Amino acid sequence: MALQPPDTAIVGVGATPYYPRGESYPQTITELAGRAILAACEDAGLSVKDIDGFAYYSMAGGGYGRSMDTASLMETLGIPEITFTASLTAGGGGSAGSIGLARAAIVAGDATCVVSVMALQQLPQYRLGGVFGKAEPTPEKSFIQPAGLTGPGHLMSVLARRHMHMYGTRREAFAEVAVSTRENALTRPTALRRTPLTLDDYFNARMIAEPLCLYDFCMETDGAVAVLTTSLERARDLRQKPVPVIAAAHGGRREWGRAFSWMGMPEETFASSGHAAVAQRLYGKAGVGPDDIDVALLYDHFTPMVVMQLEDYGFCPKGEGGAFVESGAIRYKGGSIPVNTHGGHLSEGYVIGMTHVREAVEQMRGTAVNQVPDAKLALVSGGPATIPVSGLILGRDA
Amino acid sequence: MSAVLSRALPPERVQIATDHVTEPFWQAARERRLAAPRCADCGHFRLPPTPFCPECQSQKVDWVQLSGRASVFSFSVVRDIPGLDDAVVVAAVVDLPDAPGARLVSNVIDADPDEVRIGMELVVDFSPVSDGWLLPVFRPFTPAVEGKEG
Ligand SMILES: [Zn+2]
Repeated sequence: MALQPPDTAIVGVGATPYYPRGESYPQTITELAGRAILAACEDAGLSVKDIDGFAYYSMAGGGYGRSMDTASLMETLGIPEITFTASLTAGGGGSAGSIGLARAAIVAGDATCVVSVMALQQLPQYRLGGVFGKAEPTPEKSFIQPAGLTGPGHLMSVLARRHMHMYGTRREAFAEVAVSTRENALTRPTALRRTPLTLDDYFNARMIAEPLCLYDFCMETDGAVAVLTTSLERARDLRQKPVPVIAAAHGGRREWGRAFSWMGMPEETFASSGHAAVAQRLYGKAGVGPDDIDVALLYDHFTPMVVMQLEDYGFCPKGEGGAFVESGAIRYKGGSIPVNTHGGHLSEGYVIGMTHVREAVEQMRGTAVNQVPDAKLALVSGGPATIPVSGLILGRDA
Repeated sequence: MSAVLSRALPPERVQIATDHVTEPFWQAARERRLAAPRCADCGHFRLPPTPFCPECQSQKVDWVQLSGRASVFSFSVVRDIPGLDDAVVVAAVVDLPDAPGARLVSNVIDADPDEVRIGMELVVDFSPVSDGWLLPVFRPFTPAVEGKEG
């Protein structure tokens, strides 16, 4: 199958530094988002006044309990008029899909220069780690909160356990995700964790929610990343080499639904990342398959979800993700499908998925710190979480 | 080796909220009964309780009292609970054999955490939480427990 001709491209990426949790204070969410947006405009060679659309995800959330707001950003940055502002629903699952939302706005003629942005600041009252445990009880949450699964990693540990039970997946596989991702972060200046992680370190670490230990959990960090999307035609007149949007998809099936906030998934879906349907649709839209992908930026809030996404995106058969990872397949050096070459959420920084889009853009420009030689297609995924989950394939301009 | 047995969270740490759809579940628990909504039109069980049957969209339900038997579908052992230094909580997703398709996310209590297994047979118990409510939790099923229940 031939690639569909792309119609849009990413033309600019900007970010603040990444900060340990809470240390971006006293900057505000608007300030962090604004800095990332201005940096993306500078990168693209565009004025912030050229922005006429906002395509968010996570309900334009600015972390756990707070939001970004288009009008405030317009007021603050001096954006004269916008013709599109919308968000994907739910949470981090939409990160990659927000670029698809930007594309949709451009293809529909509703906007010409669309920014997707995430700004995250985890002050003590707005932490990821406590988001499930501390939230006010609701009738729905009362069926999950009392069990003591206080954070998303605790919830996902139950999925990981089932995957181990069904397929014989070992903790060594989760360790390999943590160790290989750390190795990628060692050389990356933006990464917050740049000391080597050994297998001994992993197996000696504190257990948080068995079978998961400290190094299975991503960092809790602050920061903002903004991505600018325009038509491919316009992109060709701008500062950077355009990075075409080959395909984007978001959604998911009812069997996944609210996922680990629900736990009612049928067995095969339970021990998965919930991405299978989106992956299939994404590849169909792009006219490519897993063998065509050169680098995969997989949402790594928790190591088992990398293993399960590798299965759902077809890099290995269902159930074989553990052995696949343990074979060294996801290593930057010598792997068949390098994963999270930027150090991911586990070791670079956690900005709810947008760091992965940033890395995919750098890989397609050929400027990544851990550049995959001759990489022509990059896959980005949005967090295994409540629907929508999402995927994005970026390419190189012909 | 004497293991620290698993427990539920302290009552004051757990608050629940109800609405008209979920309240029968909690009212039954308060009477130490485990109940689940079954679609009155097609017989499909669902948990948590929701306003519509996802199979046939009916809003009619029968609240069925269950036997209280369950089995571990998957679980996590949590030991890092702030303020409860030596406590171990086994959070479990359980299947309910007499409400097929419906699951509960609950606790396995009074168990050696190292002995908990997927497929382990459980029986319901009720643990106090805030505001006078009782939370359905589960303990390992043994003939002795069965005798007491019977
Ligand atoms: Zn029905």
